[in-house]
Amino acid sequence: MAAVRETVESVDQVAGEKYKYGFTTDIESERAPIGLSEDTIRFISAKKEEPDWMLQWRLDAYRRWLTMEEPKWAKVSYPPIDFQDAYYYAAPKQKAKLESLDEVDPKLLETYKKLGIPLVEQQILAGVAVDAVFDSVSVATTFKTKLAEVGVIFCPFSEAVREHPELVKKYLGSVVPSSDNFYATLNSAVFSDGSFVYIPPGVRCPMELSTYFRINEKQTGQFERTLIIADKGAYVSYLEGCTAPQRDENQLHAAVVELIALDDAEIKYSTVQNWFPGDENGKGGIYNFVTKRGDCRGARSKISWTQVETGSAVTWKYPSCILRGDDSRGEFYSIAISNNYQQVDSGTKMIHLGRNTSSRIISKGIAAGFSSNAYRGLVSVHKKAENVRNFTQCDSLLIGSKCSAHTVPYIESKNPTAILEHEATTSKISEEQLFYCRQRGVPEEEAVALIVNGFCRDVLQQLPMEFAVEAQKLVGISLEGSVG
Amino acid sequence: MLEIKNLHANVNGKEILKGVDLTVEAGTVHAIMGPNGSGKSTLSYVLAGREGYEVTQGSVTYKGRDLLAMNVDERAAAGVFLAFQYPIEIPGVTTMTFLKTALNAQRKARGEDELDAPRFLKLVREKSKPLNVSDDMLKRALNVGFSGGEKKRAEILQMALLEPSLAILDETDSGLDIDALKVVAEGVNSLRSPERAMIVITHYQRLLDYIVPDVVHVLSKGRIVRTGGKELAGELERTGYAEFAA
Repeated sequence: MAAVRETVESVDQVAGEKYKYGFTTDIESERAPIGLSEDTIRFISAKKEEPDWMLQWRLDAYRRWLTMEEPKWAKVSYPPIDFQDAYYYAAPKQKAKLESLDEVDPKLLETYKKLGIPLVEQQILAGVAVDAVFDSVSVATTFKTKLAEVGVIFCPFSEAVREHPELVKKYLGSVVPSSDNFYATLNSAVFSDGSFVYIPPGVRCPMELSTYFRINEKQTGQFERTLIIADKGAYVSYLEGCTAPQRDENQLHAAVVELIALDDAEIKYSTVQNWFPGDENGKGGIYNFVTKRGDCRGARSKISWTQVETGSAVTWKYPSCILRGDDSRGEFYSIAISNNYQQVDSGTKMIHLGRNTSSRIISKGIAAGFSSNAYRGLVSVHKKAENVRNFTQCDSLLIGSKCSAHTVPYIESKNPTAILEHEATTSKISEEQLFYCRQRGVPEEEAVALIVNGFCRDVLQQLPMEFAVEAQKLVGISLEGSVG
Repeated sequence: MLEIKNLHANVNGKEILKGVDLTVEAGTVHAIMGPNGSGKSTLSYVLAGREGYEVTQGSVTYKGRDLLAMNVDERAAAGVFLAFQYPIEIPGVTTMTFLKTALNAQRKARGEDELDAPRFLKLVREKSKPLNVSDDMLKRALNVGFSGGEKKRAEILQMALLEPSLAILDETDSGLDIDALKVVAEGVNSLRSPERAMIVITHYQRLLDYIVPDVVHVLSKGRIVRTGGKELAGELERTGYAEFAA
């Protein structure tokens, strides 16, 4: 049974220390040769024991990728990436386990403390060996049983390829085609693993599905592939990531997320991204080139994206909705915070194809330090889409005078019945607001966090309760050092 | 409690305070009156430590400590409170959240334990009631869309909650009708105590009919030019500031 196996794997991972030594040499030899070639892809596919159709799909993507060029239109700049100077398969990637928290970077521990993360979770996040008995395993187990009772499939992507090929074949690439864009195509060729979710018709998923519990997935982040299908009348809320920064040695991340909502279905997808942003001089940090797209394929379906982006050196990300079904609805709520030398180019696309479709975009960009923060969005209304409604609000907040905020909204309407509203503001935290807060005893950094959280309130309210509390603390932490 | 000696201060390079001397004892209420531009608000900002208000000479001792060496939030945690003439809007931050953040920040700075939600809620309810601060107001973003009266009541609520040792009220009567003024004045009066000193800054005598001061000072051109009892306020109301303005 898949669930049992996964639990066993979880325990193995958690108790990794015990098993590590026997595996180490094997793991080393399981690494694919450096660089990208058809051989690399065959190697990855073979390691994952994939069926031939999956291999062919990867190879098609790879051949197409060879003909493509990196997109240059985003307002970000970074040195050229040498795609032949990277390892595309090193799984199961065991990070060197540490003996205790004493060996962990004190800065990381300080952050965990501020986020209020329990000790055991701190150890897992930091990659410290943990004894086999710990809470999340039992959580993961009960969780699996509950999901199985209602027929929800929630498993690693590679497992879905083997055990639910009919679903994967039907939906994979149906929202983000393997030819979609440079990074999505690269992902299609070399994706490591990710999550697969299927909610059967009429089922309301009894809990929030979270990658947080899926400890066995932690090391597959580089080219993650996620596919979520909500069948007719189904509902699911999915949480990606967690607020705590994790150790991660991969610089390039190119994930693809596809969501499909059939008639009357609803998918709520929340992300907190807090990867290494580089140091205060702009050295290092993750490049995050993500393609996330949801397809409201059925009538009256709804897809809602909520994101809190505070990490990564470069972020290139536009979670979008294709509003195909009549009366479908798309939502995008975003907080993007950039500090030091971070660069963010993020936003959304709402493609209105069906009648009476509506969308709502609330974007809050906060720039501090020397960072650049751009909102880039598209609202497109096709000819046959009658009675479309869109409301867009883009607010930017600047902290200090060395950062910049940009808003690039594209609006295309081919149907005269559409009503599209766009509001945008840019403001600064005022000296008098800071003085007022400090006069009440709130220290300066805390005052900035308070004011920024207020600015982001409309979006924070969209997050599931517990996530929201952590996200609020994260807002403060990401802006540390931005004043004074 | 507070001893100001020969205080000189500049704003944008221009000298506004030109040698203020003032001693305020615990348990007393001092009124500072004076014409527009005499330096009343500047004095309150200097005491609170606002950026841009540069002290060039003199000293301020508060509870035996050098007040001028402390930063804004340290002064607040040490019990210095300024009720603003124009309270500042903090969009998206509910009054409740703001109050809790402020109170716990001060408690933390003083090494006291932070109040948890139930204890805090009980305290806020208790302090809100006499000031007619409704639950609805507590749930709204601080000062955003508040009427003049609501803003001033919110200021006094903060004062009641933070229990400062030295409260400076800057033109608290401005923008208030008589009913609102009474509510605010009652709130202030209920906070009078032998441990607490207050400095009430006002242009008009009106407020002093309701908050009766022990001492009245006249500030003019950056100096305290006259000091007297509460009857001085009445005298000024009749004669105006003409004799000081020239």
